[in-house]
Amino acid sequence: MDLEPNELQLELVDTVRRLCADRYPMSAVRAHLDGASVNATGWRALTDAGVFSLTTPEERGGVGLGWADAALVYQELGRWLVPGPLVATHLAFSVGITPPAEVVSLIEVPTVEHGPLLVEHLDAIDRLLVLRDDRVEVVDPVALVATSLDRPLDAHTPRARVRSVPSGEVVGDAARAASLRLHGAMLTASLQIGIAGAVTALAVDYALGREQFGRPIGSFQAIKHLLADMHARAEVARAMVDTAAVLLDQSPSTAWSAVAAAKALAGEAALANAKSAIQVHGGMGFTWEVDAQLFLKRAWVLDTHFGSPDVHAESLAAAL
Amino acid sequence: MDLRDTPDEARFRAEVREWLAAAVTSLPSPPDRDDWPGRRAFDTAWQRRQFDAGYAGINWPAEYGGRGASPTEQLIFAEEAQRAGAPYVGHCFVSLLHAGPTIIAEGTDEQKARHLPAILRGEHVWCQGFSEPNAGSDLASLRTRAVRDGDHYVVTGQKIWTSYAQNSDFCELLVRTDPDAPKHRGISWLIMEMNSPGIEIRPLRTMEGTEEFCEVFLDEVRIPVANRVGSENDGWRVANVTFSFERGTAFVPDLLQSFDLIRALAQLARQVNRGAATAWDDAGVRRELGHLQAIADGLWALTRRNVSIAARGGTIGTAGSAFKVQFTEFRQKLAALSMRVLDRAALTMDDLDGWPVADLVYGQLFAIQTSIAAGTSQIQRNIIAERALGLPKER
Repeated sequence: MDLEPNELQLELVDTVRRLCADRYPMSAVRAHLDGASVNATGWRALTDAGVFSLTTPEERGGVGLGWADAALVYQELGRWLVPGPLVATHLAFSVGITPPAEVVSLIEVPTVEHGPLLVEHLDAIDRLLVLRDDRVEVVDPVALVATSLDRPLDAHTPRARVRSVPSGEVVGDAARAASLRLHGAMLTASLQIGIAGAVTALAVDYALGREQFGRPIGSFQAIKHLLADMHARAEVARAMVDTAAVLLDQSPSTAWSAVAAAKALAGEAALANAKSAIQVHGGMGFTWEVDAQLFLKRAWVLDTHFGSPDVHAESLAAAL
Repeated sequence: MDLRDTPDEARFRAEVREWLAAAVTSLPSPPDRDDWPGRRAFDTAWQRRQFDAGYAGINWPAEYGGRGASPTEQLIFAEEAQRAGAPYVGHCFVSLLHAGPTIIAEGTDEQKARHLPAILRGEHVWCQGFSEPNAGSDLASLRTRAVRDGDHYVVTGQKIWTSYAQNSDFCELLVRTDPDAPKHRGISWLIMEMNSPGIEIRPLRTMEGTEEFCEVFLDEVRIPVANRVGSENDGWRVANVTFSFERGTAFVPDLLQSFDLIRALAQLARQVNRGAATAWDDAGVRRELGHLQAIADGLWALTRRNVSIAARGGTIGTAGSAFKVQFTEFRQKLAALSMRVLDRAALTMDDLDGWPVADLVYGQLFAIQTSIAAGTSQIQRNIIAERALGLPKER
């Protein structure tokens, strides 16, 4: 038993970190706010680095790694707040929808209606993956009758409303739909862990530099305890996400409960930590200028993907 | 990252599971909650059986009676012990989880030879003499004085919160050996025999109504210098070694027990009436239970990470404090939900209608002290903030 990453995994994370530092520094991420929701050159770099084909077998042109490796990579992508339908595109590659479809969004369409149907990144996608209860379909986005919503909560994640989703090419059965839901929840939880860690670092930096009453605010216990709770919360959730990812590789039939716990804990850690980061920043934290708000809004988006903490808590309770 | 048992670990797990199944079914019935001598006998007898079977001190050195195996195998044993419903560590807590690991890390060969095998055989029960009435969270300000007199220290002062003092043979004792040095640099870590002249023990009743806690008064108690663990005046560093074990994995049995408590509470919620329905029909109760299960799973994952780090020879560092802050919050939420589900039945410590009321209500009272004992949550947060996040001390 060993829950610590091995040498190869550390190298993989480092490669992705360098790629993100090059392509997705916060200045570039912020520049996205004014343009297309998916930057073509950045996306190309991610694709070439294998970010979307990590778990696709080598014989199908993928990198041939496991879900544990993918979880580490997606934690890093979350940390850099990389915009775009990262998880959906990864899932599309894993079911064999590969180029020419390079940017793929995903919509969950349960049989029992569950809130409005919103398509993310409609401006930028080649295909839409439709996750129904009993099957997986691929739809050409030109077939959608959509109304763009001009004021998305997360400016990096534009949304369009559709009244219905037309039938598309069936690319998977109910079992495939279930496995995509599981893998999607784990990858999303990984992004959330990245956010939980990134906002902690952001708040610690600020607390070290900002002075009030003649000393850094990070020396006050009221601030330190907020930051310590952020760290502790994120560490518990990170251990859970790593565990869930390893189990998806090593014991897929029993991994569901670990994935449920991971998605619940990571979602709460991302939201709670982003809010605490704003609190530590004081009035500045509420401004557009400070990045904490961007992380918080992304955390809200991700919380709705592949089941909210409430949904996963219910499924864990049902097994008790 | 790999969560599978290696072939050796799988063999070990199977062997342990088989042994535990037989050992647990042949246990005598546990003594009453207030029968302290009976509880000592029960706890130490169970320790002795584990020793005889080769399962005491699994990751302790073989030359001192341990198995010489890895922290991973120790964790496997803990998992299987919980699964089999094996008894809690009880009176052996301080010896197995504090004093023993500290002596392994910092003790002399003589100290190891004298104490480690006796601890593993369940012959010696230990207690902790760290806190004082005026040295709680500010532990390093402790004032119990140790004055050198030839080959002995003469110790005078007062200790508090000493669980099982009246049933103990030895005490891990922090004393001030240099009153003129800065407070962290004048402390030593001593082994005190509890039958030494000059020790007076007064039980201290807690809000649980029991007398597990004690005050220990020391009046010119003579302790051999040979009983000092670590150098003179280096006791604060040695104590931090003790703490790293305490915060690192000492709560593994409590966490494992929590999984059973969650399941028991789910069963109870299905039986408790709420008008025409049951507590289980309340989505708020179900979600809270599912949420608690998620946190328990997360804490278990963090435990496995910490053991992975230890098995690689690393130190857990502040991860133990992160664990403790989250674990105690979890236990308090679990306790609060127990009280909510029991409703009026929680107003007694007697089992009503076949429900496990006593365990749940005692669990609520126990949960209150978890965020105080072994370093308050506030102190743990200071540790995380200063040592993990690099924030300055408050001055």
